[in-house]
Amino acid sequence: MNFSPTLVVPELFQFLLIMALFIQSLGNRSWEPHVEKWLPLFAGLGFFVAIVSFKSSGVMFYDVYKLDALSQFFKIVIAAGFFVAVLNATRQPTLEGEKRSDYYMFLALSAWGLMILSSATELFTIYLALELSSYSLYTLIPLRAHDKRAAEAGIKYILFGAVATALSLYGLSYVLAAQHTTYIAALSAKSWAWADAPMAVVGLSLFLAGMFYKLALFPLHFWCPDVYQGASNETAAYVATLPKLGAVVILVRLATLLKPGLEITTTLAWLGAISMTFGNICALAQKDVKRILGFSSVAHAGYVMVGLVAGTAQGLAAAAFYALAYVVMNLLAFWVISRVASDGRNLVLDDLNGLYKRAPALAFSLGVGAFALVGLPPTVGFIGKFFLITAAWNQGYNWLVITLAVNSAFAIYYYLSLVRHAYTEDTLTEGAAPDTSVFSVVGAGLLAALVLILGLIPAPIFDFAVAAGQGLMH
Amino acid sequence: MLDYGYPVLSSLVVFPLLAAAGLFIIRGEAVVRGYTLAASIFEIILAIPLVTYKFSADFQFVERIAWVSQWGLEYHLAVDGISILMIWLTLFTLPLCVLCSWTYISKRIKEFHFCLLFMTAACVGVFTAMDLVLFYVFWEAMLIPMYLLIAVWGGDDRKYASIKFFLYTLAGSTLLLVAIVAFRITGGTFSIPELMQQTFSFRFQFWCFLAMALAFAIKVPMFPFHTWLPAAHVQAPSAGSVILAAILLKMGTYGFLRFCLPLTPAASEYFAPMMIAISIASILYGGAVALGQSDIKKLIAYSSVGHMGFVTLGIFLFNLRGVEGALFQMLNHGIVTGGLFMMIGTVYERSHSRDIDKNLGLGKYLPAFMFFWGLYSLASFGFPGTNGFVGEALVFVGAFQNSLLVGFLIVPGALLAAAYMFRVGLKLAWGTPSSAKTWKDLNTREWIYLLIPAVMVFYIGLAPSIFFRMIDPSVEKLLADYHSRKQVAETVEEHPMQTAARELFGIAAAKN
Repeated sequence: MNFSPTLVVPELFQFLLIMALFIQSLGNRSWEPHVEKWLPLFAGLGFFVAIVSFKSSGVMFYDVYKLDALSQFFKIVIAAGFFVAVLNATRQPTLEGEKRSDYYMFLALSAWGLMILSSATELFTIYLALELSSYSLYTLIPLRAHDKRAAEAGIKYILFGAVATALSLYGLSYVLAAQHTTYIAALSAKSWAWADAPMAVVGLSLFLAGMFYKLALFPLHFWCPDVYQGASNETAAYVATLPKLGAVVILVRLATLLKPGLEITTTLAWLGAISMTFGNICALAQKDVKRILGFSSVAHAGYVMVGLVAGTAQGLAAAAFYALAYVVMNLLAFWVISRVASDGRNLVLDDLNGLYKRAPALAFSLGVGAFALVGLPPTVGFIGKFFLITAAWNQGYNWLVITLAVNSAFAIYYYLSLVRHAYTEDTLTEGAAPDTSVFSVVGAGLLAALVLILGLIPAPIFDFAVAAGQGLMH
Repeated sequence: MLDYGYPVLSSLVVFPLLAAAGLFIIRGEAVVRGYTLAASIFEIILAIPLVTYKFSADFQFVERIAWVSQWGLEYHLAVDGISILMIWLTLFTLPLCVLCSWTYISKRIKEFHFCLLFMTAACVGVFTAMDLVLFYVFWEAMLIPMYLLIAVWGGDDRKYASIKFFLYTLAGSTLLLVAIVAFRITGGTFSIPELMQQTFSFRFQFWCFLAMALAFAIKVPMFPFHTWLPAAHVQAPSAGSVILAAILLKMGTYGFLRFCLPLTPAASEYFAPMMIAISIASILYGGAVALGQSDIKKLIAYSSVGHMGFVTLGIFLFNLRGVEGALFQMLNHGIVTGGLFMMIGTVYERSHSRDIDKNLGLGKYLPAFMFFWGLYSLASFGFPGTNGFVGEALVFVGAFQNSLLVGFLIVPGALLAAAYMFRVGLKLAWGTPSSAKTWKDLNTREWIYLLIPAVMVFYIGLAPSIFFRMIDPSVEKLLADYHSRKQVAETVEEHPMQTAARELFGIAAAKN
């Protein structure tokens, strides 16, 4: 067992953060400084720590923990996402003062689990890291004061999570029994055709179910809109973004097993196609903004599959890049929602009416976010989708690519209705006024700028993602 | 690239965006309008080097740098004879739009001018992009400002019209993106000039043509896909209709010329009878429906369907006169229909109605207005001496060269155009006036924005040779390439329809 602390600085930093939060959570609200005062600063520092250690590479703990371009890419995105999620949550109106330190501790713990997940290359390690991040979320979701729906959402998330986890563990046992190893590197050398190893294929499919649950891929997506709706806006912002990264990184690693043409790959492609179509069609009928974004998550989970089934380094890179794009776009959308609902209520579409007048910067940012989620240029959503399409074309799943392209036409309607309500409807509804403080506007502006800049100049980040993909495919 | 000290085409794309950003820091309604007008004139000044355009088939003013090298994306702009006129049209439309909205638009002025400037940047981008993905970026980027123009400043039914516009055009272009990617995977590049050198298998051309044609046919719009156009035109504000008619519709026909003919010549040949048939359907149907309208704007909108039918017809005749006529008709339709929509805006500001019956008897009280209306009407149905005649006559020559049947089929279309334009013109001029007595005739601003297109109507109508010299080399090259390459692939495949059917069933079988 070799262990080198210098390679895992981001994880260690996050761990120290968790320790500090743990100590503060032992005390009461009179302890100074308050957690909102210092945590954003250190979370931001964590982002820089993750960037600085992007070159780390090596393996440790009997080869179950691997540091490569892929893991570092995801760690940077996770650290950045954690930073934004923490900033977003500092103004959470539906969180009691006494519970604040605990809230952030679980948030940090969940992000830490995802960081570990992005380096895990062995199925048991993956399982443990996944659980670490999930358990923290189980406690976070019900933390919404005076709202019974949050408790309902919490129960739903736990029950679904428990079933998915059980399936996953059960599948793991099959894989171990059939292939006699749980190391992904060793597994990728084996055959995954149904004819050669039916038990292993069943096992892997069940194991993947755990990831699908995290990613909210059909048919394990049912929790997604309900949980978004029940959890507070700020918690939903986290649940909707970072855990999906954890799922994508594992799927990208496991995609080395999924050669195009295999039964399991085709199944994945089908699930992706159903997921995107189903998600988009369900979203058409929604009125609650968070439910819209919930079904949009289901659709986006389907889009990521397009890169995974391509079976090339470019495909994996495109999937990783799209995961990044997805996180940025959703953080932007949820940022705007959290700021508009300054009293912590759930927004319906009519609550967005006249936003252009009440909070022009938020309205503009919402527009950028919505058009990015549709995949219109010049945003990161377009370029991400474009990379997916280009990577997957002529790799055996052209019908999936066409499904992806056509889905934009379904999706435009409900994303456009966000913009329509913000820009063209003038009948105002009751409710607290949107937060138009500098904090709110600058945050929205920076995220919107990120969505546009990544769309116009994707090359540096994308090259990093391609390097990560090539590291896996050799 | 820097023959003129600055990248000409890039500056034409970037400057409106910068000017639009500048709008955020200025205040005051009149200042915003004046600023945008100044910006639009400066944009034309920036385009002065384009006057040195050489009369050849080469791509000129080329700018080319890598964008995403990993994926072969390039930032590649250029113009040739097919696009140069469209760029001038776009540039001159902007100041006219600002002028014709001076009093028409009274709310959210800053955002309105932001949309106009953004729109211009995207339109110039569409006509100059030589990289397929860059083209697609501009093509889609233009939807957002156009949507807002209709949805925010439109008429009573703006919600319906704007969503319909967005859904139709976006749905059409989703498969265009897939076709673009397929070109890259098969042809190895996104660069349009390089792809134009390659010959693809018929099977590939067949599907790519269909994917592209759907996007372009919706944009034009051709007959079965035209229903978004009247809704959008009627609801859009005056400037929105002008941009829609003058520039947006041209993108569809530009797409046919730039992509379908050079990249998929064999498929274009194969589908030509179908395209000709629906072009004729557009001409006759658009004209017939226009004849029955009581809303002036709807009438002009349906007349657009008919006129654009002449353009697509000219393109798919594949002879010099036809394609020349199509390009002329694109320019003319932009000028004339743009002018007519501005006129409708002018009279709408007086009567607050687009109904013909509410705008009767203007001949006595608004003679200047009726003069311009008469002029544009004549140009619209192709009266000799006006620009409309040049374009339509060329398409007619091309059609009769192609086949007698096609020629005779479009004759009623030209007659219909005269009928509906005279019908509305007569009522406007000599009907019993309701409240026209109190209206003022055109003011100076209105004179200016109506005079500029009017000058062009006569200039192109009487002395079109300079325009021929601009477009001819490119058109000749386009057709020469087309005729030399449509044969190559034809011998490869003899039963395309059966093959396509087999493929479709093959895909279905693979799915089951």
